[in-house]
Amino acid sequence: MHQTFDAAIELNLLHANQEGADHNRQHFDKWGITCLNIMSSPGAGKTVLLEQTLKALKAKLNIAVIEGDMTTQLDADRLRKYNVPVIPINTGRSCHLDSKMVAGGIHILEHQYQPQNLDLVLVENVGNLVCPAEFEVGEHGKVALLSVTEGEDKPLKYPVMFREADCLLITKTDLAPYLDIDLDRITFNIKQINPQVTIIPLSAKTGEGLETWLDWVQSVICIPSGTKAKHKEQQKETKI
Amino acid sequence: MHEIDMTKALILTVKDWYESQPEKPKIEKIHLTVGQFTCVEPLGLQFAFEAQTRNTFLAGVELVIKDVPLIAFCHSCQQEYKPEIGLQYSCPDCKSPMNDIRYGRELKIDRLEYSAINNQHLSISN
Repeated sequence: MHQTFDAAIELNLLHANQEGADHNRQHFDKWGITCLNIMSSPGAGKTVLLEQTLKALKAKLNIAVIEGDMTTQLDADRLRKYNVPVIPINTGRSCHLDSKMVAGGIHILEHQYQPQNLDLVLVENVGNLVCPAEFEVGEHGKVALLSVTEGEDKPLKYPVMFREADCLLITKTDLAPYLDIDLDRITFNIKQINPQVTIIPLSAKTGEGLETWLDWVQSVICIPSGTKAKHKEQQKETKI
Repeated sequence: MHEIDMTKALILTVKDWYESQPEKPKIEKIHLTVGQFTCVEPLGLQFAFEAQTRNTFLAGVELVIKDVPLIAFCHSCQQEYKPEIGLQYSCPDCKSPMNDIRYGRELKIDRLEYSAINNQHLSISN
């Protein structure tokens, strides 16, 4: 007789990535660093947002960038002009950063820079609205960008990314007058998926919304000490 | 194609279990639960699993994927509802936004079905 048995496994499919992400976060916490994971589709304006952020905040904060790109160093080269540590990670053909790749970046931070002096690490993920939402890298907060040219329906079509975001930037708002797009509709679509998210309309070209974004970044950073932990607790309460 | 990475993680987990067994059993089925509010496509997992297990100890093992629909809970109406993915996430009755997700975010390796290697010999000799 052919007898079968059951073995309970009860493990998340992404538990290895999750363990790696928790490990990365422990490193950031030890050094007093806040880490933000910046995600969007290709061309929504992640790199220009980082440029503006570095330009405005590098005198106030010590910032490093972990730059995910499938094959090139074009983005990393743009950011190096701001004289901050920029660690490029080429993901090859992989469409997202995972915690292991970011651990490689943290290793470089540890051995080539002084991470204990850093306040903020910005991780620029690979341009993609799907996979990065599922792969935590050790961040304290997730930032998603949606440019007005992508259309009002994108939050409905890629809901996981919009659900996971702590801060959502609607970018390229300077183009809105030239498009048949309803900004209120975008906001409505995002809010029905994620009522807690902070939404900031932003134009890197005109500077609209930039101050609000910079204020948000500074509000989640660990100054004075203990604030970051408190913020994280609040996040845990509001997010599932 | 993140299903490839997820399949690699799945194979490693099953391999760990297999290697921890004193008598190597014959794994027959792997049961997964995949929620519909995830970025994972069950067909992609099936394809990646078949391709990656060829000529390994998992060749021919069946991947059984339980699909879990998205179920949210509306606090105003005090009831569960089923959002329409891609169209409407707020409560169909009171239009409150989707606050709590009850089901649909699962990505889980539930259990393995296996037979003892001795039984396997028996079934072959029969």
